[in-house]
Amino acid sequence: MELQSRAPDGPIETAWDRHRQAIRLVNPANKRKYHVIVVGTGLAGASAAATLAQLGYNVSSFCFQDSPRRAHSIAAQGGINAAKNYQNDGDSVYRLFYDTVKGGDFRAREQNVYRLSQVSVDIIDHCTALGVPFAREYGGLLANRSFGGALVSRTFYARGQTGQQLLLGAYATMAEQIAVGKVKMHPRTELLDVVVIDGKAKGIVTRDLTTGRIERWAADAVVLATGGYGNVFYLSTNAKGCNVTATWRAYKRGAGFANPCFTQIHPTCIPVMGDHQSKLTLMSESLRNDGRVWVPKQPGDMRPARDIPDAERDYYLERIYPTFGNLVPRDVASRAAKRMIDSGHTVVKGGQGVFLDFRDAIKRLGRDVVADRYGNLFDMYAQITGESPYEHPMKIYPASHYTMGGLWVDYNLQTTVPGLYAIGEANFSDHGANRLGASALMQGLADGYFVLPYTIGDFLAGEKPGFSDTTHAAFADAENEVKAKVDRLLSVKGKQSADTFHRRLGKIVWDECGMARNAEGLGRALEQIPALRDEFWSDVSVPGTGADLNQSLERAGRVADFLEFAEVLCKDALTREESCGGHFREEHQTVEGEARRDDDAFSHGAVWMYRGQAQQPERVREELSFRYVKPSQRSYK
Amino acid sequence: MKVNLRIWRQKGPESAGSFQDFPNVEVVPEMSFLEMLDEVNRALEAKGQEAVTFDSDCREGICGSCGAVVNGDPHGPGKANTLCQLHLRSFQDGDTITIEPWRAKAFPVVRDLMVDRSAFDRIIQAGGYITARTGSAPDANSVPIGKERADEAMEAATCIGCGACVAACPNASAMLFTSAKVSHLGLLPQGQPQRFDRVQKMVDQMDAEGFGGCTNHSECEAACPKEIGVKFIARLNADLIKANLGNLRK
Repeated sequence: MELQSRAPDGPIETAWDRHRQAIRLVNPANKRKYHVIVVGTGLAGASAAATLAQLGYNVSSFCFQDSPRRAHSIAAQGGINAAKNYQNDGDSVYRLFYDTVKGGDFRAREQNVYRLSQVSVDIIDHCTALGVPFAREYGGLLANRSFGGALVSRTFYARGQTGQQLLLGAYATMAEQIAVGKVKMHPRTELLDVVVIDGKAKGIVTRDLTTGRIERWAADAVVLATGGYGNVFYLSTNAKGCNVTATWRAYKRGAGFANPCFTQIHPTCIPVMGDHQSKLTLMSESLRNDGRVWVPKQPGDMRPARDIPDAERDYYLERIYPTFGNLVPRDVASRAAKRMIDSGHTVVKGGQGVFLDFRDAIKRLGRDVVADRYGNLFDMYAQITGESPYEHPMKIYPASHYTMGGLWVDYNLQTTVPGLYAIGEANFSDHGANRLGASALMQGLADGYFVLPYTIGDFLAGEKPGFSDTTHAAFADAENEVKAKVDRLLSVKGKQSADTFHRRLGKIVWDECGMARNAEGLGRALEQIPALRDEFWSDVSVPGTGADLNQSLERAGRVADFLEFAEVLCKDALTREESCGGHFREEHQTVEGEARRDDDAFSHGAVWMYRGQAQQPERVREELSFRYVKPSQRSYK
Repeated sequence: MKVNLRIWRQKGPESAGSFQDFPNVEVVPEMSFLEMLDEVNRALEAKGQEAVTFDSDCREGICGSCGAVVNGDPHGPGKANTLCQLHLRSFQDGDTITIEPWRAKAFPVVRDLMVDRSAFDRIIQAGGYITARTGSAPDANSVPIGKERADEAMEAATCIGCGACVAACPNASAMLFTSAKVSHLGLLPQGQPQRFDRVQKMVDQMDAEGFGGCTNHSECEAACPKEIGVKFIARLNADLIKANLGNLRK
């Protein structure tokens, strides 16, 4: 099969303008005749639902949380990038585009990234108008800070709670649209299948998490804004509820899944403390503006940090990467930490971790300034570990944080199923093989506020409006499948909780398909995962019934999908015989241990197409071409 | 270390509830409170018994999903933390820990520790927004906002909508929540055009939802995981008076 990216040729600076001119629009008076389903209410979903409703479309919005305001975008800490150049430090749309393509290790579509950089400036304007209280200077103008992978200061922030403030802005507009009846909100409702009729997405099947009722919803188009699959590792910085179910269901209904092996391991998280642990907590990348990463030079040196003199410390990021220092991109920082640990330099007794130290920042800036910048993060750290970062350096270690892979989308953000769109982290588009810090918020809002609301018109303009036939056989089929799966989960009546299986799956995927991967380990994972899946279906215990509120059932359904998805993830990692960005194959590295790409063989997006339960999925390619940012060995030295 | 748990179990909003005892639960001090409940549930599920229902998502104190009254305190002992940020090191070996849902007329129990907080969403829908069409905004730096004012707006905006303020209040009032939103938007120049309509509509909705009135106990401030102050309630009241006396609307 051939993938059509629909990305415009010609000068990249005018590509988005020309594209908007070329695609079809829906007449303002006709918009109210169309009905769009938006699943997920994070930054992408909330901003899309709000904007579509403002434009006049009728929107139905779904989320599994009790309120749309709780989607996991809310936990994003550090900031949002925009090419405003308010700092007069040489930033531009082109530079943000360049940094993002390079940061992504040359595995993203240039035209998409350029558009993202262009609309980044509009996002800041719009969010400010919505009352997002971005940090400001004393003169009243907006403040910025730096993030990894960039030599300019382009990150806007609201303390360490930028995601929360941006989400509350989008949520508020959505609330306004709910009040006027343009958005119909369905909280505590989980998507369990996508309905495809004559090759087009025409609805979804959901489960009401309070009553257990399985319901059918028809629409003229379906938008998935359901986030990433980082919880496949079990331990991650994602919220407990984050899952792959929606995108996995879409995949099984014909939507291609692109680059699942591009997963981001974030370098600065609080290390694992014990077997009971349910999740890991991120410490914002912004801390690397002033914090210095180090390990003792002597392996096994377990003296308290303060007793280790400077001469016996290895500030390894500053040593290896003098140009970017502590602000190298995430993949580079994570792997460097791993190399230090692997060579015996851990600072956690019986565990894994490196120091992130603020001693020098406090000396240089004073405690008050440091508290003003990072106070809430320091408090959060102290709450979890019982240690104050003002007195002791933080201990940090990499953890699963974000997934660059996702449903393949074209330039219109449409998946391989017409009428089915994927936005935000749920799609694969803009970050290539590694996302730069403060770019997830940017992409989620770019997709939701400024891209999808226009591009979806191109599809809708060709559709007869008002599709509402939930009696169609495709709905009945989907509903029957959903019900059968629920019944099957309940009927196993085994001895192990779903969470136990999730933990075991996470360990396999982290060990064999985590920060470093090799063919042998991936081969092992590909044997272990199906075996674990079989065990799950013969020994999982899901108490209660389906026709009722049942969180055990919710957990089990999500784990069942992760158990299928993990296999495609490992297959993708095995097939991509190169290292790039977050995907590090040990067989493909430079002598210094950096990632070595193979542009001749792998300058493409790998898109997995479902071919039935009994068949292997098909791997299809979208070839990438780089006309502006020429691929080179990424160097942050 | 071992603790004895008393957990509120209630099938639904109309059913009667009661405490279920879980004696001698094995825990470690590094464990978070919700991880302890996870372990309880893992054991229940393995035995084929129904798990304790509770809301939780981000587990880092920002989504506002979790919350329960622990030994009489919303979000348990300690200042400025949500339930997910509470750790077992705050308890002693042999302690008995009583865990109940938020109790308020406007927050009906859904099941066990899970309550329905959709009343908060409806308060926001009544006016907790600034109307702005996507794409119509002027340059973000065209309206300077003094740092102190921006910081104060941010202070109010940190509300996570968890409902601890309501649970802590003897009147089950939602004034701290409502005032935080009213103040966040009312302090900013962008929020001025709708300022007085907003406060009026949000307070009307708050009353319609069945929340009690504020009688200045300040228990809300003590329970708030984001330490939002009752000064914002004073600000709401001032705006509400102005809203009611049309000629003061400026």
